[in-house]
Amino acid sequence: AAGMFLRLLSDVQWRAASPRWRRMSSSRRGSSTTAEPHPVSLPAQAQVVICGGGITGTSVAYHLAKMGWKDIVLLEQGRLAAGTTRFCAGIVSTARPVSIERKMAHYSNKLYQQLEQETGVPTGYTKTGSLSLAQTQDRLISLKRIASSLSVMGIACEIITPKQALQLHPLINIHDLVGAMYVPEDALVTSANVSLALATAASRNGVQIHERTSVSHVTVQKGRVTGVETDRGRIQCQYFVNCAGQWAYELGHSGEEPVHIPLHACEHFYLLTHPLEEPLSSSLPTVVDPDGRIYIRNWQGGILSGGFEKNPKPLFTEGRNQLEIQNLQEDWDHFGPLLSALLRRMPGLEALQILQLVNCPESFTPDMRCIMGESPTARGYFVLAGMNSAGISYGGGAGKYLAEWMVNGYPSDNVWPLDLKRFGTLQSSRTFLRHRVMEVMPLMCDLKVPRWDFQTGRQLRTSPLYDRLDAQGARWMEKHGFERVKYFVPPGKDLLDLDHSKTFYKPDWFDIVGAEVKCCKEAVCVIDMSSFTKFEISSTGNQALESLQYLFSNDLDVPVGHVVHTGMLNEKGGYENDCSIARLSKRSFFMISPTDQQVHCWAWLKNRLPDDSNLTLEDVTWKYTALNLIGPRAVDVLSELSYAPMTAEHFPSLFCKEMSVGYANGIRVMSITHTGEPGFVLYIPIEYALHVYNEVMNMGQKYGIRNAGYYALRSLRIEKFFAFWGQDLDAFTTPMECGREFQVKLEKGMEFVGQEALLEQKQNGVYKRFTMFILEDHDTDMDLWPWWGEPIFRNGRYVGKTTSSAYSYTLERHVCLGFVHNFDEKTGEELVVTTDFINQGEYEIDIAGQRFQAKAKLYPFSSLFTQRRRKDEVELSGYQRE
Amino acid sequence: FYLTPPQVNSILKANEYSFKVPEFDGKNVSSVLGFDSNQLPANAPIEDRRSAATCLQTRGMLLGVFDGHAGCACAQAVSERLFYYIAVSLLPHETLLEIENAVESGRALLPILQWHKHPNDYFSKEASKLYFNSLRTYWQELIDLNSGETTDVREALINAFKRLDNDISLEAQVGDPNSFLNYLVLRVAFSGATACVAHVDGVDLHIANTGDSRAMLGVQEEDGSWSAVNLSYDHNAQNEHEVERVKMEHPKSEEKSLVKQDRLLGLLMPFRAFGDVKFKWSIELQKRVIESGPDQLNDNEYTKFIPPNYYTPPYLTAEPEVIHHRLRPQDKFLVLATDGLWETMHRQDVARIVGEYLTGVHHQQPIAVGGYKVTLGQMHGLLTERRARISSVFEDQNAATHLIRHAVGNNEFGTVDHERLSKMLSLPEELARMYRDDITIIVVQFNSHVIGACQNEE
Repeated sequence: AAGMFLRLLSDVQWRAASPRWRRMSSSRRGSSTTAEPHPVSLPAQAQVVICGGGITGTSVAYHLAKMGWKDIVLLEQGRLAAGTTRFCAGIVSTARPVSIERKMAHYSNKLYQQLEQETGVPTGYTKTGSLSLAQTQDRLISLKRIASSLSVMGIACEIITPKQALQLHPLINIHDLVGAMYVPEDALVTSANVSLALATAASRNGVQIHERTSVSHVTVQKGRVTGVETDRGRIQCQYFVNCAGQWAYELGHSGEEPVHIPLHACEHFYLLTHPLEEPLSSSLPTVVDPDGRIYIRNWQGGILSGGFEKNPKPLFTEGRNQLEIQNLQEDWDHFGPLLSALLRRMPGLEALQILQLVNCPESFTPDMRCIMGESPTARGYFVLAGMNSAGISYGGGAGKYLAEWMVNGYPSDNVWPLDLKRFGTLQSSRTFLRHRVMEVMPLMCDLKVPRWDFQTGRQLRTSPLYDRLDAQGARWMEKHGFERVKYFVPPGKDLLDLDHSKTFYKPDWFDIVGAEVKCCKEAVCVIDMSSFTKFEISSTGNQALESLQYLFSNDLDVPVGHVVHTGMLNEKGGYENDCSIARLSKRSFFMISPTDQQVHCWAWLKNRLPDDSNLTLEDVTWKYTALNLIGPRAVDVLSELSYAPMTAEHFPSLFCKEMSVGYANGIRVMSITHTGEPGFVLYIPIEYALHVYNEVMNMGQKYGIRNAGYYALRSLRIEKFFAFWGQDLDAFTTPMECGREFQVKLEKGMEFVGQEALLEQKQNGVYKRFTMFILEDHDTDMDLWPWWGEPIFRNGRYVGKTTSSAYSYTLERHVCLGFVHNFDEKTGEELVVTTDFINQGEYEIDIAGQRFQAKAKLYPFSSLFTQRRRKDEVELSGYQRE
Repeated sequence: FYLTPPQVNSILKANEYSFKVPEFDGKNVSSVLGFDSNQLPANAPIEDRRSAATCLQTRGMLLGVFDGHAGCACAQAVSERLFYYIAVSLLPHETLLEIENAVESGRALLPILQWHKHPNDYFSKEASKLYFNSLRTYWQELIDLNSGETTDVREALINAFKRLDNDISLEAQVGDPNSFLNYLVLRVAFSGATACVAHVDGVDLHIANTGDSRAMLGVQEEDGSWSAVNLSYDHNAQNEHEVERVKMEHPKSEEKSLVKQDRLLGLLMPFRAFGDVKFKWSIELQKRVIESGPDQLNDNEYTKFIPPNYYTPPYLTAEPEVIHHRLRPQDKFLVLATDGLWETMHRQDVARIVGEYLTGVHHQQPIAVGGYKVTLGQMHGLLTERRARISSVFEDQNAATHLIRHAVGNNEFGTVDHERLSKMLSLPEELARMYRDDITIIVVQFNSHVIGACQNEE
């Protein structure tokens, strides 16, 4: 039934297309070899079935075929490129804030440029360039940050004055502009034709394409894809790729084992006009005016202009609705503010005649980034969807990454920011998605300043202490649905409201966090860190230990009660996860990972642990509240509460013990703090959380205890050069590259994942090196603050990018962490990075086009560690996440 | 001096009141959906009054606006008392008996009216006993008169108006031992009030009007446009029939002095009113009452002043003119308003503004370009205008408030001009009356489905 439904929907969409477009497409259809007439029967089996014939589906098919996979079937419910792809504005732009998105767009651009030559299908590719306008200084800063990043990628890019912008586009009104960014390589395409060209090439490479075929559901057995049910029969397959665009969510939920693909459609409007009296040149650059929330491109002598309004209209929340899609009409009243912005930007267009207002639903995701990767629950079930209205820009590159992922087992770059597994079931509630995309769509144009947080879909996962902390002035941020404290606003002190606190400069909480840091250094602070992912692995015999020894790089065969910091590495030695594992008993382990590892780490372990009923893996995240007691007096507080000696002789560093705290028994105490400061983390069964917190706060009073938040933690960990998975560390970083050789036991007596790669690195050296930078001539009060992603220059040449940064209240300087590469001056080839290479260079960090001198260090300042430690202990603490 | 939009809103909304007829089992079976009312003072204190109540012992709803002059005492008294007189006039004989028996034996009284009052709409506690006694006398007489016929609404309205005015007059002549009450009844009688009252029962709408307030029906034509139907005639010098009537009631010798400068006896604007005993009592009676009355009354130049050419009183009556209208599905709403509104707005504009307010929010037609030639500039202009209309509508949750906003703030183009609104509302008390009058508005919204169903049944 669902299949029929999809068919009807697509037919409706065809009819809804403007006649002009339709004519164009039907003529194209004649020359296309991809459009097989209907009754070619489906094959009974295939290696890969791709669902969706839009830009993403055809791109995946194209790249899979290119990489040598031939047994591929692409199914499209209606006609190829007839969905969102047909209606999309066709702008290919690399001016994107996220690094991986810039890379995808850059690749897409190069791909589309030669596609017509490759396939013979005219794609309408025109290199027009793009102009991003800034109405405010803050906007200009954000453009400068993008410009810095584009430049080091080798993409031509210029920050220009309003007058220069006017020379590039004679129609724009520049009176309210402070500057602009010009990216000359950006292009326009006819998006449907790009998709058809990709399909044509794929088809020539053996991909079978079937239109008017709807997938009803995907069958999964024993956690693996086995086939696809369609309205025209069943196809057995090993791989399924969900490229169903705005229907991807529902398709994911249609099977017995749901695959959660959190995306939601919103109506998106753009305007088409008749040609100007003197038709606009097709080479005129595309104008993006984010402060006016609009984009404007030339279109057949006239313009095409759309935007991202403040009050989006989400749709299909209740699923596919035939009535609704038929009623997708122009809504001029809704478009009004965008039209005002357009006429303000180009007043000369007043007399231009309207052709049509197009309503083209787009799908958006909870964090504005697209969704790709393999389902954590069904192996062989891949997804590429949720393009957040940039399907054409990303389609080419995203298709390539996904094809690499399927063929090689991993993509050629770090795509964690786009990985489906960054989400779990918790982001897949319809209400959550509906509310969140209403925030996300306007955000496409909103200024993104450091440390902004989503405001919708909040207070979903909370610690039992939430209300207590909130009442004490906690300000919250969210990670993986969990509310975490940023800092505590002291009573009587008021911070700026949300809008006014947006800044690229020194933030208003500077002194507040400074006081929390000071308290961590001098007395004791308590930070609620309950959001961390917590797993328990246990077995009847030795299975747990043996499995973990294979999956983790450090030696876990330690005495009971010891805590081991270790990476969970992939075959290339890269960090899939970075965690602390406590050996609770001979046969059971307690594993702490970053918050957003909950789905990824679970899937990684599930897929690799032997299928043995005597070996159990349990997610106990929700069972424990974690309180981090940081500071020199933590030991006093805890020993008074437990009547147990907590000094280093009795409770050495990296130790774990179950003990009583106050009246509560069975509290798991670990002597780690994630900051390099002395202290403990208490893992408290949730029903004791309030009791233990109250006891700690009461007892701590005489030691000057106070609440602290993650910002203080962050400042402490970064000044001590602790890397954090998901920010500094990723699947393309090995322990060797970030000075963590000591966490790898190459000779632990058994093989482990990534061992070979690490051995090779040990012999041949590394090609990048995690380095700490202290900003030298940076004025904290007056200069722009670093964030992350700033280019690093060594002796004037680009060598890498920062991955995180924080102000160190102890050093009274900004500290940036990042990776230094060694690119050959002539060939650009990556060379080995040695300690000397790092040490013998003059460094600069580029913040929005302004360079600041920086001092590079490969080891943290030992003076920052309050306790004098043995050498191996210092090393052991050289670990951090979050 | 400039008022911000929120300040303007707080002034405009201070007296607004809304009532929705409750639904039973998800259905509203009343022909009335509900009403919005509001008042904007120009006099300090305001001399207008309003009332609304549901009849509990008979069917129907009563709504009225009252415009006082020479003080607010009479308007206040009428707003408290008139609906009881009407309700009692409508009651069948058995119910009257039941009520009388209850009073006689000290049992709890059947409630007659359910009032729908804004907190600022007060009732005089001190006079309630006096008022009650007069009312009881009235129903006792009705019981004695038992005609056995079913009560005609028109007659009931006329009787109630006349009886109340008569009681006001009598109470002032008799006086009261309590000096406060004594002064009160005199003030009521010597001041005046017009009344425009609607009685809605199913499809039967009766308007009883005394004076120059006005009732207007908002009708939606088939093409969606709005038109106004008058359901009352102003009783003033502009109304030829009214002038004729007054002249008929007095000797020809007085013809010239009866209406001067568009005023009755050159003094009074409305030609019918409650109270105003100076235009009803004989000179002797007036003198006697004033002399025996309290000092305050004696010191008041206005009360002592006898109108010129005062030969054959009474010159004034409270008898209403009653118009009956059978509601049709296209009759969407009724506006009752004091002359403060009608001075500033034409009824056609009132019909359009209220009509668009009540339906326009939901039924604004979407724009479609279709095959027409529209430029970006034209479209922009059109959208801006639509947005302005919607935003002024969304500001008000009350149709009466919306109407007042237009009445006070409209510029020459018929759209609300905030600057003008701000100026008009920030006028000092002593100046306000020169630029505008008290405005009191009740907008009753009808239930077309119920009205349509009633029609089909018949």
